[in-house]
Amino acid sequence: MTSRPELQAEVLQPTGTLPDEVEAPANASTFLRRFRRNKVGVIALGVLVFLILVAVFAPWISPHEPNQGELSRALEGPSGEYWFGTDDLGRDVLSRLIHASRVSLLAAALATGVALLIGLPLGLISGYFGGWIDNVIMRFNDALMSFPALILAVVIVGLLGPSLTNAMLAIGIVYAPRIMRVVRGSALSVREEVYVLSAKATGCGAPRIIGRHVLPNILSPLVVQTTIMLGLAILSEAGLSFLGLGVQPPTASWGSILGRAFPYMSRTPTTVIVAGVTISVAVLAFNLLGDAFRDSLGRERRDQ
Amino acid sequence: MTTTSESRVPKLRVEDLEVTFDVGRGRKLHAVDGVSFHVDEGETLGLVGESGSGKSTTGMAVLRLAEPTSGRVYLGDTEVTGLRSRQLRPLRKRMQIVFQDPYSSLDPSMTIGQQLDEPLKVHTSLSKAERRARVDEALDTVKLSRRYTSRYPNEFSGGQRQRIAIARAMILDPELVVCDEPVSALDVSTQSQIVNLLLGIQEQSRTSFLFIAHDLAVVRLVSARTAVMYLGQLVETGPSARVYDAPAHPYTAALNSAIPIPDPDRQRTRDRIVLGGDQPSPLTPPSGCRFRTRCPFAMEVCAEEAPPQYPIDGGGYAACHLHTHGPQLRGASVLPLIHGDHLTTPLVSR
Repeated sequence: MTSRPELQAEVLQPTGTLPDEVEAPANASTFLRRFRRNKVGVIALGVLVFLILVAVFAPWISPHEPNQGELSRALEGPSGEYWFGTDDLGRDVLSRLIHASRVSLLAAALATGVALLIGLPLGLISGYFGGWIDNVIMRFNDALMSFPALILAVVIVGLLGPSLTNAMLAIGIVYAPRIMRVVRGSALSVREEVYVLSAKATGCGAPRIIGRHVLPNILSPLVVQTTIMLGLAILSEAGLSFLGLGVQPPTASWGSILGRAFPYMSRTPTTVIVAGVTISVAVLAFNLLGDAFRDSLGRERRDQ
Repeated sequence: MTTTSESRVPKLRVEDLEVTFDVGRGRKLHAVDGVSFHVDEGETLGLVGESGSGKSTTGMAVLRLAEPTSGRVYLGDTEVTGLRSRQLRPLRKRMQIVFQDPYSSLDPSMTIGQQLDEPLKVHTSLSKAERRARVDEALDTVKLSRRYTSRYPNEFSGGQRQRIAIARAMILDPELVVCDEPVSALDVSTQSQIVNLLLGIQEQSRTSFLFIAHDLAVVRLVSARTAVMYLGQLVETGPSARVYDAPAHPYTAALNSAIPIPDPDRQRTRDRIVLGGDQPSPLTPPSGCRFRTRCPFAMEVCAEEAPPQYPIDGGGYAACHLHTHGPQLRGASVLPLIHGDHLTTPLVSR
């Protein structure tokens, strides 16, 4: 035996009680910390909060009555009185845009709500149960997805008659498969988790497992998808309203303002530009916010 | 805990259990192939074997978390196999499981309080306050602070998480708990804490445990009886002391010799049986005795017939032809054979 330097180590005795753990950050605060560092996300959120505030306080902040105009002053360019000019009926474009933000944002929320209402339960059922149920739902899903979204929406509005509610219902139905895909995919992976098996071993029924164990654990991708979809819905609403299939006059949405100003674009381009920029900024803000959510949720709360 | 079973009705009875997985192209994988055993009330049965021996699948099949292909499982007087999933759910109150990896077995989106409350919510009609009291009690049992109820799993260490998993399994005072390698994912100092905790729970409750592990040292500590699995079959069962000190199956002897001795000098000079090769694929198990391809004592008969369970001196059974053919051990330990000099093939590496 060669002699070795004597090892000195303190033997740790296993004890019954453990020292209290250092206070670890909770999931929500980790998310906030990461999100705050994401400048683009914070700016996007700021823009959206601004748009929502504008929508909420529309009657108080708009300088003119949105649906009343002076025909003699139609199609004017920007001036001190009409910052963004007037439309073909001499109505103040700024006031109409401000009021239209209510319609556009609400419409987007409605469409996304419809998409969630259809897509979420079907996606959960499809992903959790699998088998033939999954097959039936997903084939139906594929069929719906194979249509170009806007064309399908036009067909649905054509069947139901043009109105904002119908248009949003149509867009909700058209986008439901996207939600369904995301939910199904996430549910498929979550159902293989040991904690789902553990819930089964505890004796939880399928509704409880889906509601209490699967749904909370797919929330991150769902939140991301929902945020991005809100932007997409604004765009679709604008498209349908541009074509006259959405909101009906005299009510305005960003899309219908753009559509109405389009024929006069060479005379007063201001309206088209302002409406177009508003739509773009709103859509971009939702998309960037969605990206920021995804980055901040990051490693899916499974940090160990 | 070390009391041997006398004339009690077994709490868990497993008869000729088979679990087959379809692996495509008509091929079938016999993960568990004709396993029978029982666990008495308040008893702990250790189930050991190397990875792929089917021990975890056996534990899952007992709880119907894996679907048995054939065979019967009884919990007390109730047959677990053959129940529809709706009928099975009330029975889950009586049988529970602790999984190997405490990092994946707790739902990251639920607080500890909610996870412990869930079994009570599903199976009892207790009021909120009563359930709260039971949750606190359960945390006391596993020696965790009651203040932890509002925290999430990611705030805890592996050992703490496993305590929570144990608390969740024990909260309904089940008749049977399957522990599927509950300490293998933990580091050694934490392992001893969990083992001590389980020993304490064994003493205080009437719960029966099926303790699955590949660490024989741990199994020896916690279980009164041990069953050894190889390639989906039981090769030896018996009182733990007998199985470890006088193994009657060459595979058990080989497993035993892999337990490190906490004394460097003895560890260096001990006899070790080193098995050649790998466990054969369960898709194409060897004919006759499944261990014969790696067995140093393999005889002609081993390839022809599957060995029957032979009663062993000191309790239990071993499935080995050595007891009836060749050296005719007739229920004695295989150890003298291993250390003997009459072997033609070198068996023991010194």
